[in-house]
Amino acid sequence: MPVPVSDLMLAAPQWFVLIMTCVTLLVSLWSGKKASPWTYGLSQVTLLGAVVITALMYDQPRTVAFYGNMIFDKISALLTIFVCVITAFVLLYSRDYLKQHKMAYTEYHVLTLFSALGMMVLVSSYSFISLYVGLELFTLPLYALIALRRDAAVFAEASMKYFVMGAMASGMLLYGLSMLYGATGTVDIPSIASAIVGLPQGQHLIIVFGLVFVLAGIAFKLGAVPFHMWVPDVYDGSPNTVTLMIATGPKIAAFGLVVRLLAEALPDVHVAWQHGLILIAVLSIVLGNIVAIVQTNIKRMLAYSSIAHMGYMLLGIIAGTASGYSASMFYTLIYAIMSLAAFGLVSMLSRDGVDIQRIEDLRGLNARNPWLAFMMLLVMFSMAGVPPLAGFMAKIAVLEAVISVGQVWLAVVALLFAIVGAYYYLRVVKVMYFDEPIKKTDIELPSMDMRVAMTINGLSVLILGMFPAVLMGLCRAAF
Amino acid sequence: MLTNYFPILVFIAIGIAIGGGALLLSRLIAPHRPDTEKLSPYECGFAPFEDTRLPFDIRYYLVALLFILFDLETAFFVPWAVVLRKIGVYGFSTMIIFLLILVVGFIYEWKKGALEWE
Amino acid sequence: MTDVIHNLTIAIVFAPLLGCLLTGLWCRIMPTRMAHAITIGLMSLSFLLSVYVAKLVLFDGGASNSNLYTWLISGSFQFHVGFLVDQLTALMMVTVNFVSLAVHIYSVGYMEEDKGQVRFFSYISGFTFAMLMLVTANNFFQLFFGWEGVGLVSYLLIGFWFNRPAANFGGLKAFLVNRVGDFGFILAIAAVLNYFGTLDYVPVFSQMPQFAASNPTMSIVSGTSSSVVSVISILLLIGAMGKSAQVPLHVWLPESMEGPTPISALIHAATMVTAGIFMICRMSPIFEYSATALSLVLVIGATGALFTGFLAVVQHDIKRVVAYSTLSQLGYMMAALGASAYAAGMFHLITHAAFKALLFLAAGSVIVAMHHEQDMRQMGGLRKYMPITYLTFFIGALSLAAIPPFSGFFSKDGIIEAIHAATIPGAGYAYICVLIGSFVTALYIFRALFLTFHGEERMDQHVREHLHETKAVITGPLLALAVPSIILGGLMIRAMLYPTDFSLLGHSITVLPQHDVLRITAEEFHGVWQMVLHSVTTLPFWFALSGIAVAWICYGRFTTLPVWMARRFSWIYRVLVMKYGFDDFNQLVFVRGGRRLARWMYEVTDRELIDDTLVNGSGRAIEWLSLTLRRLQTGYLYHYAFAMILGLVVFLIWVIF
Repeated sequence: MPVPVSDLMLAAPQWFVLIMTCVTLLVSLWSGKKASPWTYGLSQVTLLGAVVITALMYDQPRTVAFYGNMIFDKISALLTIFVCVITAFVLLYSRDYLKQHKMAYTEYHVLTLFSALGMMVLVSSYSFISLYVGLELFTLPLYALIALRRDAAVFAEASMKYFVMGAMASGMLLYGLSMLYGATGTVDIPSIASAIVGLPQGQHLIIVFGLVFVLAGIAFKLGAVPFHMWVPDVYDGSPNTVTLMIATGPKIAAFGLVVRLLAEALPDVHVAWQHGLILIAVLSIVLGNIVAIVQTNIKRMLAYSSIAHMGYMLLGIIAGTASGYSASMFYTLIYAIMSLAAFGLVSMLSRDGVDIQRIEDLRGLNARNPWLAFMMLLVMFSMAGVPPLAGFMAKIAVLEAVISVGQVWLAVVALLFAIVGAYYYLRVVKVMYFDEPIKKTDIELPSMDMRVAMTINGLSVLILGMFPAVLMGLCRAAF
Repeated sequence: MLTNYFPILVFIAIGIAIGGGALLLSRLIAPHRPDTEKLSPYECGFAPFEDTRLPFDIRYYLVALLFILFDLETAFFVPWAVVLRKIGVYGFSTMIIFLLILVVGFIYEWKKGALEWE
Repeated sequence: MTDVIHNLTIAIVFAPLLGCLLTGLWCRIMPTRMAHAITIGLMSLSFLLSVYVAKLVLFDGGASNSNLYTWLISGSFQFHVGFLVDQLTALMMVTVNFVSLAVHIYSVGYMEEDKGQVRFFSYISGFTFAMLMLVTANNFFQLFFGWEGVGLVSYLLIGFWFNRPAANFGGLKAFLVNRVGDFGFILAIAAVLNYFGTLDYVPVFSQMPQFAASNPTMSIVSGTSSSVVSVISILLLIGAMGKSAQVPLHVWLPESMEGPTPISALIHAATMVTAGIFMICRMSPIFEYSATALSLVLVIGATGALFTGFLAVVQHDIKRVVAYSTLSQLGYMMAALGASAYAAGMFHLITHAAFKALLFLAAGSVIVAMHHEQDMRQMGGLRKYMPITYLTFFIGALSLAAIPPFSGFFSKDGIIEAIHAATIPGAGYAYICVLIGSFVTALYIFRALFLTFHGEERMDQHVREHLHETKAVITGPLLALAVPSIILGGLMIRAMLYPTDFSLLGHSITVLPQHDVLRITAEEFHGVWQMVLHSVTTLPFWFALSGIAVAWICYGRFTTLPVWMARRFSWIYRVLVMKYGFDDFNQLVFVRGGRRLARWMYEVTDRELIDDTLVNGSGRAIEWLSLTLRRLQTGYLYHYAFAMILGLVVFLIWVIF
């Protein structure tokens, strides 16, 4: 087999991140005590470099590379860009927290970068092998990240739970994939799609059987009901910055997983997986929104909110149309941005060794720092789906997609529970704006670059809501 | 296709038969009259000083983990070496990249002092 | 050239927005000088560019219609931000920018001592942006954006002095009354989207002839059927009535005078209130196909022209006189549109923008000189203290009273002649209204002139000592506005109303041949000077002149006469002071009735039925459910693992069966 040189070029972002991560690791090892600026700087260079490379490659045509293992298309390019940008923001938001809690600085960065690399591999995979490798590469560092803070047992517990359940879910996914392989005799995504078309009727049962296991694996990665049990415990039990990491990038990667497995490999059993996803989506929306109401811990509340959001995201996939997929993609990206801002703020405000845990900890934030409170207000309103913010546009897009395929009842359920959901988001706003602060003192401000990043992050929710067409257009062009 | 797997099934069957059979035979044939003395742990004729389950040194786990890691990596080399002539430059360079990444990991653990016992 | 126009339009529209944002975001820390420099600089840029664009469009025959940004695609509907620049837009842009620039400069002097100046300048730049969005829109959606934008800034500015209760009340009233109009406007937009499937002007207008020919009907109340075109037109008219303060939605405009005077000039005289007129001109391809709607426009306009004019006669507040005069002039414009003389309406809009802004700013100058005293009973004899203000107010008054050869004469005479020539139902009534209206107009504005600038000095000693002409930043814009108030009419009338080889409006307005009244009146037009000379033999001229005469007799010569008349005809006087009872009616029926209904709703339906049973009931149910469901989250790993397996099994059953 010849070395596919042009294929190497297509994988340039992945190469770049891989090499740079190794360089970061080595440089950090040898720069000793003064490691942190180098580690941080190199990590950001890695991610931004990957963004630039991907952006330069964006207009290239859809190409399959590495003997069918990898694909470069608009989906992979857009998702890669977002994964890298969001991870860059995550590292920026985490910087002070890591130092103050004396977490392993180099390891945090390198593990995060490897996880991002895994996501990049996953979203551009085109066979089950590379897909699974990407999936494991992005989840394994996460287990380690959670346990990185060793000063309390909760972190180890969360890590353990995530690991065991993640292993189970991976097992299920792998079992499902092997059944699909067994039925079709191939692991390449397009070959599977075409093999299923020619399959005799009797063989369909094994496909559907495998599909159920695949769905279970996907639902776990998304954190959707009934495979959501890990979400609140892990979000709550992880250090704030790691929660920030888990709650943002992996959702984008999981969306990539959904698209590759369901939309591209199994379009012909659409009816079966639509059937399954409806159950997952409805359960997630209902349970996520309802249980979030009684949460007093902000991270748990946001965890349940993420369960609900993933339910909404699945609505577009359920529609099974190109506009539905693009609506879901839009939803995922917007959710990642909102979640980034919400958890980013939570980690940013966790200063002097005090973690923001309960919603009450945000009391009177407006009196202490009006600008950050305003950013949080934007994000909360956006998550609740208040126009003209991005969350509203995203909800409109997915609802329109399900309505256009005639599933009006789904849209009605989704809307009703969006109203239920507005309650707990607004409670955060109420606490920030109308409750008396615990201490009258000003909050010690995060450094300038963090404030600028938070401003960009918060305002992007507003701007993407008022001018959604650019991002929406990119999402549409991907499908 | 499944016929190819028949020897494996036979292997499994024989394995179960030998392992389980030995236990079963001793259960069936050997006399079985337990008493307190017989069931107490035996330690050179006197009562045991401490729990038989000694905790291992934590460093042992570290070494064991690293060992498994590198041991597994070498397991990849065998099939690779077998087909090396067929997969050509592509296969060779892939394995070199794999090795390089492995080396980075090795440097990391060395530098971190994971290989030093004291 | 199309691209040039498009790009320049972007600059014209967004320069004021930039000024608004820069000053608005840093309004607490920005020095006032800097705010002036930024907003006036950007405004001047916008004005100069709009003059250039007007040259390209009006004289070089350019036009542009392209989308800048696609805001949203929803199914088959597309919502754009885009600019349509034709003759109508170009004229409006120049008018809006000219008045806005003048008001910006004038405000430097007028607002000199105000602490909220930076905020003020931010608002008026923001207003200009919204107004420009409105006039450059190429679709209903953006039109609506601009429409609401100008409304928003208008409420903000009426309530600019937010610690005055009257200002807050005025802002609230403007807001609520405009809601009524907007409701109609939104319904009209929805109807257009429903029947045409697009909100862009060009496809809607081009489909209109076939659409009207098929005579579609809709059933609003079951059992009846009404023409869709009429329904859309009337709904649009309702929108225009709200914004352009037509009877009976005019009640908010006098209250809006609580805002700073420059705002009254900019928003409530020259630009925003003319948005409705502009909108109907823009929608002429729709209105033309509904004779019903045109008649309604004509009757409403003419009624407003006459009856709100009467109200101005009994006002004592100098600004309110000018405000009621605005209502009356807007009535004239509206009536012109009803008679299908869109060009005459637009023409009056432009001349009115000039002389009404002039009158307002002159009134403002008086108010500044009088230390914010607005009651004309406390004025008198200001002529010798403030010669420039007097002169410019006089010019404005002559122009408003339609005395030849001032600007107002040409436009108003054009309107009256056009209505005279119109044949649609209601034209006769309208003609009488506008004719008497020209008498009333002259009467009230010269009443204000005599009361303010002539006669005995009624102000107190302290004020008199400090009386002097206002500063150059105030008199400068006055003089600048006086020029167009004199000459604009004569310069533009041929190109606007009776085009032969060069037309200012071109094809931007659609008039059906059977409605084209301006073609009839054009036959009697033989040139500007001919028209001036000929005016001596026409009725409106003598009506106006007698108005001035009566004003002089009552307020210049025999000042006891009005008092006697008010006593003798006290019931008429009371009706006028009560403003025909519109306010009391609204207060009684809508405000008090609404409150009573609301109280009933609150106590019976809301608190008992909805709150207790539905909201709290479902709230409690959800809370209970939430508390129950959260117990599932035990924290034990083996529970979770079990749940996963169970979920998988349930899933298998669900999907496979």
